[in-house]
Amino acid sequence: MRKQPLRLTLLDAASVMLLAAALVIVFFFTPLEETMGAVQKVFYMHISAAWVGMLGFLAAAVFGGIYLKKREPRWDLMSETGVEIGLVFTLVGIVSGSIWAKPVWNTWWTWDPRLTTSAVMVLIYLAYQMLRRGLDDPGRRARYSAVYALAGFVTVPLTFFSIRLFRTIHPVVVGGSSGMFAMDKPMLAAFFLCLAAFTVLFVDLFWHRYMLGRQIDTLETLEAGSNGGS
Amino acid sequence: MTPLVNFIRVTIDILRKDLMLEWRSREQVGGMLVFALLAILMFNFALELESSWTAGIVAGVLWVTLVFAGTIGLNQSMAAEKVNGCFDGLLLAPVDRSAIFFGKALGNTLSMWVVAGFLMPLLAVLYPVNILHGGIVLIIVLGTLGYSMAGTLLAAMTIQTRARDALLPILLFPLALPVLLAAVRSTGMLLSGFPLTDARFWVDMLTAFDVIFAVLGWMLFDYVVEE
Repeated sequence: MRKQPLRLTLLDAASVMLLAAALVIVFFFTPLEETMGAVQKVFYMHISAAWVGMLGFLAAAVFGGIYLKKREPRWDLMSETGVEIGLVFTLVGIVSGSIWAKPVWNTWWTWDPRLTTSAVMVLIYLAYQMLRRGLDDPGRRARYSAVYALAGFVTVPLTFFSIRLFRTIHPVVVGGSSGMFAMDKPMLAAFFLCLAAFTVLFVDLFWHRYMLGRQIDTLETLEAGSNGGS
Repeated sequence: MTPLVNFIRVTIDILRKDLMLEWRSREQVGGMLVFALLAILMFNFALELESSWTAGIVAGVLWVTLVFAGTIGLNQSMAAEKVNGCFDGLLLAPVDRSAIFFGKALGNTLSMWVVAGFLMPLLAVLYPVNILHGGIVLIIVLGTLGYSMAGTLLAAMTIQTRARDALLPILLFPLALPVLLAAVRSTGMLLSGFPLTDARFWVDMLTAFDVIFAVLGWMLFDYVVEE
């Protein structure tokens, strides 16, 4: 078994500390939101998780494209890693959003553009994983996965805009001018800390999953070698 | 001969091959038509449409039937290529492979048009809606074209998987959701008596999807079929 690089261990420590700091600040040092109360604190984690989800899917599409050009298996592994992390965090985003929506919108779910788009993204990348599992030849699996990761990512904005024609009730956080989410300074600071903590966590998880993938590959090569030899 | 003329000629040749195959076997469109008829029958009883139909529901029934029937056709059109290594033969031809993509996609679009041409009068007979409408024809042309292009690209991949036919809808539906949304919404608006200009946004959406999948197919089909 390969030894874990020191830089990765440092990154582990950094993500744990940043997450802990973000939690402490969110729970003890941000003011209570005027109308929503304590449940508004979900928002810090919710946006951060959704952000990491998008980051994962973006990485999957970008690395898939690089794979098609360069044909080195490591880019395929990175693309797969992006999908896995993206799926987990998009689900965290959906669940945390539901927890927030129940008291605030008085419903767990509505077919709002953002909600529907994230649900569709989950379905796209679940399909991606089924496609991977259905293919045995590694080269073909890598090519098809890259093609699907690209095609899937490209249609996400279209899905969003097509649902958007129905009026949305989801608050616009970035660039919105309404007073609904006019955050004061401690809130803003906590928000950015959370975002930073999750981004570091993303890089950390990405690295771990990548290393795991390399080990799986090594194991498979060794197994194939021993079977062929005996 | 310029490359463009050559490209179009290959596309038409592939289309003609698929049409001839279909004309002699009548397997693909036949299956799609019977399926569409059964789907209308089931929708009618499941939703109790005689008493509770609205323009929006009729549009939904039309498109869901068309999209499901389209999936059957897409699978069959690729499965036919797999038998006897036909597709390998096609790939050996010294032509631009994206022309093969467009030829197959056009063939699949045409078979969806046949189903639509059958569904529209049927729905007009069953429900008193003005479905034989130029605007709706335009929406069907745009919607089925985009759906077939996305489906042809994906079917070329799913046919190689262990699950085969079962995987195509799972891969295709989440990607094609914008097509379904735009088509159902705009068809519903026209059925309710709005002019085509009011559905402009949705027609633009369908056109955008068509362009995106034409470009994706053109760029990515090569990677799917190489070996």
